[in-house]
Amino acid sequence: MNFELSEEHSMVQKMVRDFAQKEIAPIIKEADRTGEMAPNVLERMGELGILGICIPVRYGGQGMDYISLGLACEELEAIDTTLRVVMSVHTGLCSMTLLQWGTEEQKQKFLIPLAKGEKIGCGAFSEPGAGSDFANIQAVGKRDGDDFVLNGEKMWISLATKADYAMVTVRTLFDTEKVSSGLTTFIVDLESPGITRGDIHGKLGVRAGSTGWISFQDVRVPAANMVGEEGEGFKVTMSAFDSGRYTVAAGAVGLTRAALEASVSYAKERTAFGAPIAQHQLIQQKIAGMARDYEIGRLLYLKAGWLKNRGERNTYETSIAKHFATDVSFTAASEAIQVHGAYGYSDEYDVERYMRNARGAIIYEGSNEIQTLIQADYALGWRKDKPLRCEMPAYSTEEWQST
Amino acid sequence: MNIVVCVKQTPDTAATVTVEGGEVSWGDAPLVLNPWDEYAVEEALQIKEEHGGQVTALSLGPEDAQEALKQSLAMGCDQAILISDPAFAGLDTLQVSKVLAAAIEKVGDPDLVLFGRSSVDSDTGITGTQVARRLGFPSLILVSKVVSLDPAGGKIEVERMLEEGRQQVAGPLPAVLSVVKEINEPRYPSFMGIRKASKAEIPIWSGADLGISDDLSAAVHWPEIIAPPKIETEVEMIEGDTAEEKAKKLAQRLAEEKVI
Repeated sequence: MNFELSEEHSMVQKMVRDFAQKEIAPIIKEADRTGEMAPNVLERMGELGILGICIPVRYGGQGMDYISLGLACEELEAIDTTLRVVMSVHTGLCSMTLLQWGTEEQKQKFLIPLAKGEKIGCGAFSEPGAGSDFANIQAVGKRDGDDFVLNGEKMWISLATKADYAMVTVRTLFDTEKVSSGLTTFIVDLESPGITRGDIHGKLGVRAGSTGWISFQDVRVPAANMVGEEGEGFKVTMSAFDSGRYTVAAGAVGLTRAALEASVSYAKERTAFGAPIAQHQLIQQKIAGMARDYEIGRLLYLKAGWLKNRGERNTYETSIAKHFATDVSFTAASEAIQVHGAYGYSDEYDVERYMRNARGAIIYEGSNEIQTLIQADYALGWRKDKPLRCEMPAYSTEEWQST
Repeated sequence: MNIVVCVKQTPDTAATVTVEGGEVSWGDAPLVLNPWDEYAVEEALQIKEEHGGQVTALSLGPEDAQEALKQSLAMGCDQAILISDPAFAGLDTLQVSKVLAAAIEKVGDPDLVLFGRSSVDSDTGITGTQVARRLGFPSLILVSKVVSLDPAGGKIEVERMLEEGRQQVAGPLPAVLSVVKEINEPRYPSFMGIRKASKAEIPIWSGADLGISDDLSAAVHWPEIIAPPKIETEVEMIEGDTAEEKAKKLAQRLAEEKVI
């Protein structure tokens, strides 16, 4: 067992940290206030290769491993959640799902431009009336010759208005024994006729991010864009969540760290009752809690990343990491506000943004209640991982880095 | 173009520097590529991209001090060499310049030698000029822009950033340049560069490798370092019933303190 990051991992961490600190930290407060994405974020993350970090070089990516992806997400969300959300949906839900389930033709056509950051991807799964109860989504696809015709509404979709492609799951089979066996996933060009989309405003947090809706009205999608087989959409979507949740977990650990660092710095400066507040035990208790949760969260996501590198299923471990890291990140941010007192309640300091941003991740990519049920099923022995037709490939330096 | 860029490993500028027992300490802060040297590496890479050739990063330091060189490789330098010898510990800039000049000669036939304007730790900013003098090259320091570079004709023209203004000067190649931050925007390492750097075995040259056998004892020593005294400030509130009275009292106090 080795808990040390490799030199390569440390350098990835530093590079992503430098980017986020130099280019995003100075402008994020204003972007959050105005509710607009910081300018050029997607372009810069694409140019620097961050968007394709863990995709093999032959598919336009950077050939790094899944732990590098986690480390990048931690660094990005330590500055702002919106940066990590980009990784969750572009890289996690879209690119990695293509890597796992896509045909060679789909990888050539869609994955390469996504990994290079020339095109932006997202995952369109949730609907106005179905999120946690995913098997009962209402969007449908009907075969018509070589195409499927898609109809329905998708909601709470990050990058809905920024993305070029979306991974979309709809119902195409209607009399299957299990409702979940009737779902099918497609990679859809969002410029297709019949698609309308927009942003959702008035969110509690992630205000510098784009969250929106996508409406499909008689949208023709070639059958060749089917990701996985017809009826495999539930499995494809759950695989997408195994990738997306991992990035959410790693990011939440970054937010916890940011809350901890802000609290440590403020507690040493601010005095009350004749001493820096860091010397008061009730403040120490809050800081100790953040430090402990940061360390635990980090071990959990790195273990999930290690399993991904080995090509082992990690639904259980990723669920635990996501559940724990997002819950504690909200607590850490809230406690950081308490450490900052009234100043923490104002956007003069970053901690109130951390708290607003942390809240969403307790709901999305599988609410933490759903995570609890997943974990219970595994613990009770009712859920066993069955082999998938397409497993997420184990990381191999040679395979990932060959051209 | 054969370009050598001299880099130093320094504490992260975010480190808290303290003085304990006459010595400087930056605690357990990470060591990084001297921020000023990032501009020198970037300039070397840009010149290479325009004119071709190769960039060698050179650093003098202890054997475990490889982060600066790894960072230089990750940014795109072709090779990196560490100069390390127990006899080189605690040298002053005059002796450092002797070691660096010998190493640059060993790299062989440089067209350009680049430095950052200074290092953020000792901050002398004179090593580049001393190296230039030893190599017999012109020393073009505090360069904010390479105006023109003609490798075939062996000429370079640069703009220097001085306190009084900007100065444009020309000189023959090979030359030594030290660069200021206005010259460019250093790139981040690429992921491919990171992979290359993390796998790289960096050769280590000792004094014997450079043919330096003389006694290199430093002429300048730092026997004791003293932290600047902490400035204590006091706030005195000037009270008064009217603005006029307050202003009068304030003027009196300032006069008493000989401020006005």
